[in-house]
Amino acid sequence: MSAEATVNQTSSAKQWGGGRSPFGISWGKMYMWFFLVSDAFTFSSLILAYGTMRHRFTDVWPKASDVFTHFPFYDGHIQLAYVGLMTFILIMSSVTMVLAVDAGHRRDNKGVALWLGLTIIGGLMFVGSQAWEWYHFIHGTEKGAYIMPDRSIWRDVSNAQDYHVAGTHAEGIVAPGNKLITDPAVVADVHARGRHIQGANLTENEYGHPLFADFFFFITGFHGFHVFSGVVINIIIWLNVLGGLYTRRGHYEQIEKTGLYWHFVDLVWVFVFTFFYLV
Amino acid sequence: MSDKHQHNGYYTGDIHNEFVEQHYDPKNRAVIWRTFWILLVVTIFEVAIAFTSISKEVLMYTFIILTIVKAYFIIAFFMHLKHEKPAFGYSIILPFILIVYFIALLITEGNYLHLWGPK
Repeated sequence: MSAEATVNQTSSAKQWGGGRSPFGISWGKMYMWFFLVSDAFTFSSLILAYGTMRHRFTDVWPKASDVFTHFPFYDGHIQLAYVGLMTFILIMSSVTMVLAVDAGHRRDNKGVALWLGLTIIGGLMFVGSQAWEWYHFIHGTEKGAYIMPDRSIWRDVSNAQDYHVAGTHAEGIVAPGNKLITDPAVVADVHARGRHIQGANLTENEYGHPLFADFFFFITGFHGFHVFSGVVINIIIWLNVLGGLYTRRGHYEQIEKTGLYWHFVDLVWVFVFTFFYLV
Repeated sequence: MSDKHQHNGYYTGDIHNEFVEQHYDPKNRAVIWRTFWILLVVTIFEVAIAFTSISKEVLMYTFIILTIVKAYFIIAFFMHLKHEKPAFGYSIILPFILIVYFIALLITEGNYLHLWGPK
């Protein structure tokens, strides 16, 4: 080993000559990063497919802020409040995760256990919330909707407190494209010729085009699966921390690698939240 | 464990088994909290303007730009990509140019979808 071949000043041949990890980053971290790039491509494809279909059927696509209005223990409707809270919880869990990594850098085992524990709790809260959202989505609104012979969806809001038009209770039928119709003749016609559907499944849903529910289940389900697996991995690493594995090993790089996965999960949710609920 | 105070780091364990020195930077925590506040303010701003009567198109572009801003902060500071060698950062970020290309293709496809097929 010559004097100039220090870790900081590796020549190109030494860096890429094999037997060491290039870029000065450990193999494990590099693997995680490239895996995340591939997973990001998968999620990008799903979100872009959603965007394409959403714009293809933009006339009959439901407004997400009208569909997701439930809040736990509250009987009324607040648009996007619970989803906003879920986003906040996940971002907070990302903050606690990075604080766990920071504690690892300081070799503070107790700090790592604390912050990683909080991250796990945040993750569990998010997955639980997502399950709750799914339940309400599948269960549907008070009155459901009618699917006409031409497969258009007309939402029934007669005497229902479930639907709100600019904050007021409304009666009647909501035509595709969010047009409220109170003409009794039209309402009777829809009741007569249409088939009542309630809630949502992969074939049809009461909110609008079938693809709306399909994409909701697939994208939030795929993401939720990532969150769940992230929580499982976090728990395993947390048990390792409690057992003193990383103290013995001398470094907490495993926390960092786990942290990368968790931040990726948070990042994907930021995009899903924007493109599914906000736009 | 005995020389914890003298050498902060670990042995890589690979063919060279180098000792990697690790220095903890106390400014790190301040960066973490600063990034948190930026993310929080941007998110609150996004949710707030979602309820105003600004045109849908302006809203859409604003959301997309702000989301990319948030993504930058999460990737750079929470995932520490900024601390790594620049070449590694490029090898992670540059492939996403393909996604931009994909978006352009899908928008074109979307226009054709409108011309053909049932409503």
